[in-house]
Amino acid sequence: MNGKYRILLPVLSLTVLLAAVFYLQPRAMSYFGLNLLFNLAVPIALATIAQMMIIMVNDIDLSVGTFVSFVACVTATFLNDAPLVGAAILLASILAYAAIGALIHIRQLPAIVVTLGMSFVWGGLAVLLLPSPGGAAPTWIRTVMTVKPPLVPMAVVACILIAGLTHVLIMRSSTGTLLRAVGGNAQAVARSGWSVTKLKAGAYALAGFFGVLAGICLVGLTTSADANIALRYTLLSIAGVILGGGEFTGGRVSPVGAVLGALTLALAGSFLSFMRLSPDWQIGAQGAILILVLAVRLIFSRRSRKWKGAENG
Amino acid sequence: MEVATGAGRPKPDVPLVALSGACVHFGAVRALDGVSLTVSPGECVGLMGHNGAGKSTAVNVINGGLTPTDGQVRYGHEDGRKGTGAARARACGIRSVFQELSLCPNLSVLENLRVPHRDLTGFGWRKTAAGRIAGALDEIFPGHRIEPGMIVGDLTLAERQMVEIAAGFAGGPTPPRLVILDEPTSSLDASIARQLLEHVRRFCAKGGAVIFISHMLGEVFEVASRIDVMKDGKIIASRPASEFTQQGLIDAMGHVANEKAVARAAVESSQRIGEEVLKTPEGLSARKGEIVGLAGLAGHGQAEALARFFMSRSGKLARVKDPEAAFVAGDRGRDGVMPLWSILRNLTLTHLPSLTRRGLVDRVAEQALGADWKKRIGIRTDNLGNLILSLSGGNQQKVLFARALASSAPIVVMDDPMRGVDVGTKQEAYDMIRTEAANGRTFLWYSTETDEVCQCDRVFVFRNGQISAELTGDGITEENILAASFQMQGAGA
Repeated sequence: MNGKYRILLPVLSLTVLLAAVFYLQPRAMSYFGLNLLFNLAVPIALATIAQMMIIMVNDIDLSVGTFVSFVACVTATFLNDAPLVGAAILLASILAYAAIGALIHIRQLPAIVVTLGMSFVWGGLAVLLLPSPGGAAPTWIRTVMTVKPPLVPMAVVACILIAGLTHVLIMRSSTGTLLRAVGGNAQAVARSGWSVTKLKAGAYALAGFFGVLAGICLVGLTTSADANIALRYTLLSIAGVILGGGEFTGGRVSPVGAVLGALTLALAGSFLSFMRLSPDWQIGAQGAILILVLAVRLIFSRRSRKWKGAENG
Repeated sequence: MEVATGAGRPKPDVPLVALSGACVHFGAVRALDGVSLTVSPGECVGLMGHNGAGKSTAVNVINGGLTPTDGQVRYGHEDGRKGTGAARARACGIRSVFQELSLCPNLSVLENLRVPHRDLTGFGWRKTAAGRIAGALDEIFPGHRIEPGMIVGDLTLAERQMVEIAAGFAGGPTPPRLVILDEPTSSLDASIARQLLEHVRRFCAKGGAVIFISHMLGEVFEVASRIDVMKDGKIIASRPASEFTQQGLIDAMGHVANEKAVARAAVESSQRIGEEVLKTPEGLSARKGEIVGLAGLAGHGQAEALARFFMSRSGKLARVKDPEAAFVAGDRGRDGVMPLWSILRNLTLTHLPSLTRRGLVDRVAEQALGADWKKRIGIRTDNLGNLILSLSGGNQQKVLFARALASSAPIVVMDDPMRGVDVGTKQEAYDMIRTEAANGRTFLWYSTETDEVCQCDRVFVFRNGQISAELTGDGITEENILAASFQMQGAGA
């Protein structure tokens, strides 16, 4: 699929879903309604960006969900009670992510196994911190997450900011280009004298950074934390990256698409509630939406390949 | 006193790179065996040689990617400094354009320049990169239709190669002074190739240097000022291009002492070869009991031809018990060995359907089959239950041979099976192949080694993915194979 048109599908799927929601519930078409619809999408978007950093270097991260839960627990306890210690813990966890990335590359381990193992580590740490739901959100996060900008609600502003900043970082900056090059052809990067280990560690560190942001935002919205608060983020984030036009291999990712994908998935939940579908069916229905979008994408990419073949004779 | 001569122009008497007695050994294999070579500004060196002659090893030593086990590499820096290593090679303006594409398909043309050009950072780097790559493309390939913003994955193969070449010549903080081109024209059409050759000439006239590797003899003669011929890891001839003829070059690449293909019993082969058993659309054919060789330079479509044939004859569920073709892998790690399995299980893999009783593997029959083949081909192990990786490379390859031969398939496809196998095992394998052929089996044998190909009854030589010659009987000589592997006509033809 041509890179320029790659972004059209996530835009289209979000528009269709949004139109459907507005049709079912016209009152959602307001400042307050939009904020409610997209509020919880902000941490999901951040987690999706974190996942995208890993997929960008041809790996996959199965620990995003438990990592965000862990960060949420740290935020609701240490960051609230002793901000310096809390910040130090979060910084150390980002460094841990970088170390995992370096380890995976140096030892040529399968990322899927290592991150699956790490998911139990993060999950265990989260339970140790908060055996039962509780804690409190630091007031400054509360303030940030409940701010009411004029005209456009906070959730929408935040998503635009996240998409814009990560687009500049990954798609426009020279460092981001180098990181994508690792996903595209790591051998060529190494042959030009770059340390692929350092680059991969950098990509993982970025993932850790955005995971931390996701956890903090989540606590800002929910005001308290729980060791299992974000478990479903792992699959949501992977689905979001793919929905947004990314591919599992080859360094083909799109930050704007990833944010749109996350919004689509978050909206799908609300849409199904408006349809008065029982929550039992929601996960299945979300999966169905995902399969539908991916099927459409497959048809498009087949078509464009056919055209290209015809052009080349 | 050394005085910098401005504009990065080195003094002509300081060589850009000098190898003296460079040796590279991979285990027992001597990839480079005492090579001495200097490239001075203004020179275009044509580096010629057959498969495994050591061309790519030499290139990797020159660009600093490989450190020689013995001998020296010196780079002449423009300020007179000298040094070694990959970083120094880069600092001296040595660039390589490799045969296998080394672009990132997910990035745009200008973004790809970011990987080799380390100075492209900060605000406006895209503009600088776009200027550099567009400038190089315009200079080398005037009339090209490549925009710097295009995604490389959307370009055609030829356009990708053009981008890669342009990146090699693109200016930067360290302008290119020696560009190594490894088969640069393999996917370019004649008019584009001509533009490249003209650029190479201009580049050398301005004081640059090029190492040019190509299987198109016409091109080499057109641009090279000197031709170095490599064989068995040594440079065996190094003369100005004007002193070579195309035929003389082919002869130089062959064996110095012309060993006649070893006692191939012509009478015996005429008895064992029967009717035609296979014919592919591309022109490959074989008869019953025949050993058919696929030759030519590595990567010219032989492995693909084998794979196409094998895939068309296998994979049918109904014929699992009675396969039409069996496969012997050369790249053992990729498509041969099951690394976690025992020798026995690796050996009986293709034979499994006939060892099955009521859906379960008949262990006794499996053991018997394994013991039989262990004796027949002499796998050196005391217990077939050992892991396959406990064997040496040669013995692993024997197991793969046994796997194919144990099946009832009348056709055996071999994809360069002697890669990294010691001489003793090779002889045993040759005998095995001849015995099996006498029993009526047909072999399709791709090999990168000419003396192996010379053992075949018939040889198809591949060039650019197509069969360029069919040799039989006494026509199978190293000279003929070399002549068919390299394109003899002029570059424009």
